[in-house]
Amino acid sequence: MTAPTDVVHERIQHISQTRTLVLDDVSKTFPTGTVALTGVNLTVAAGDFVSVVGPSGCGKSTLLRLASGLDDATTGTVEVNTDSTSYVFQDPTLLQWRTAQKNVELIGELRSRSKIERRKAAQEALELVGLGGFEKQYPRQLSGGMRMRVSLARALVAEPDLFLFDEPFGALDEITRLNMQTELQRLFALKQFAGLFITHSVSEAVYLSTRVIVMSGRPGTVVADLPVPFSYPRPPELRFDPAFAELSGTVSAALEGDHR
Amino acid sequence: MTAETRPVSAPTQVVPDAVHPTVSPTVPVAVASAQTPDPATVEAEAASPAGPTRPTRPTASGMPWRVTKTIGASAGPVLGAFAGAIALWYAITYLVLPEGRRFLLPPPHQVLTESVLDWSKVQPMLEALTLTAQVAMTGLAIAVVLGVGQAILMSQARWLEKSLYPYAVVLQTIPILALVPLIGLWFGFGFTSRVIVCVIIALFPMISNTLFGIQSAEPAAHDLFTLNKATRAQRLWKLQMPAAVPSMFAGLKISAGLAVIGAIVGDMFFRQGAPGIGSLLDVYRARVESENLLTAIGLASLFGVVVFAVFSAVDKAVMTRWYGKR
Repeated sequence: MTAPTDVVHERIQHISQTRTLVLDDVSKTFPTGTVALTGVNLTVAAGDFVSVVGPSGCGKSTLLRLASGLDDATTGTVEVNTDSTSYVFQDPTLLQWRTAQKNVELIGELRSRSKIERRKAAQEALELVGLGGFEKQYPRQLSGGMRMRVSLARALVAEPDLFLFDEPFGALDEITRLNMQTELQRLFALKQFAGLFITHSVSEAVYLSTRVIVMSGRPGTVVADLPVPFSYPRPPELRFDPAFAELSGTVSAALEGDHR
Repeated sequence: MTAETRPVSAPTQVVPDAVHPTVSPTVPVAVASAQTPDPATVEAEAASPAGPTRPTRPTASGMPWRVTKTIGASAGPVLGAFAGAIALWYAITYLVLPEGRRFLLPPPHQVLTESVLDWSKVQPMLEALTLTAQVAMTGLAIAVVLGVGQAILMSQARWLEKSLYPYAVVLQTIPILALVPLIGLWFGFGFTSRVIVCVIIALFPMISNTLFGIQSAEPAAHDLFTLNKATRAQRLWKLQMPAAVPSMFAGLKISAGLAVIGAIVGDMFFRQGAPGIGSLLDVYRARVESENLLTAIGLASLFGVVVFAVFSAVDKAVMTRWYGKR
């Protein structure tokens, strides 16, 4: 198991020179006066999969909206060194009047790709998330997990250099969530994008990431930045590894430390 | 890979659609009111062995299959109620009304023999009804185009919505009868003015429902379009309009019913040219031809029910086809 994973890991190391997303001393104050984020420094490079954990309302989602350009920072700079960013929402956010295939093709339509090109790209993306054969199904005909896979395929079809995830698996049941995590780390090992993943779950963060960022309660700021040493692809059993448990413990402690 | 996720989460969550509630409450109504025409249709068919009233029949086939089945299942009670109504009718005619005033409500068999079965009486009614139907459908078509157009316009800018929507509401609240003299003065007392009355009455539900639908697209879906740098047109045609389809058809169903009312009201006030069913109703009233008046009312009601049933069926078909609603 170690031999092939080392190869993947080396490739990831190789391209991690590009700093895809750089947040420099970023803070965000809403018009209501709520200070959501203050003094956040964060760099995500290609081959980095960074998870952000923190208590509810600590501005995790705000962080993601700033990174995507949906919102602007009040102070500090957000630097995105790519044209190709994908965003995976909390809900699958599929258009219910479109089939799985057509939902994925939407991105190509918006970017004025040719019909043949976007159809082929959509089929490949659906195959990649394990939904080959479900192209013609409407979202209502798919399970919650499958809908999230369509959402992933739609994000993948843009060939993103920067992949933003806003608690995408939060609404899924436990078993589906674990499967989706396995799937996502496989995709990451394959595509080596720069990933920023918001989650509530410590084990999800540790299992998926190359780094785990712990944020404090409002106003949110980074209180810990912990590297995760395990190589990809990561088997599901990794979750029962003592080293995994130890690291999860460290992350939890950093989270707890905030509640003193 | 997918196999393991399917059995687990397949039955768990079916996300309810925010728009659906605006549609579903009307469905039972559709079934309930679609049952009522049945005795009338049965009556019309039974009453016309030679088939002079046949032209009304194809309307029955416009009803959705499910409704037809429902009617079959509940034919007993419905027929019972019908018999009861006939009995009550006879009772009023013969027991309540003194003989000299019986012309106010002639007995059912008299209405049947003197009017319904008399082709020379029914034919002008059907011609008038055809004209009224043309007025109603023309008015409805114009209302749909104007309503959807105005809703799209209002959806494009907050200031447009703020400046136009109040007038749409005001138009809705003006008593149509107050506008009748002005419409007559401007557009004459014929077909055009009848259509205009229809449009005014049918317009508002199209505007408000379309606008509501356009604005019902999820914020996250808007974010998706924003992130992919969608143009205004792409956002409108690929997100907002498709999202509006369910409420547009719900609005169409309401507007269709209103267009029928508008056409009959228009008939009554704008008498130039060939008469509509509304004009005939007033003529029969003036001549105290109660039999014909009752027949014409029956036909006008039947028309209203048919329009409602047809548009309910269209609404349902669209929802099933594109949105998987039952």
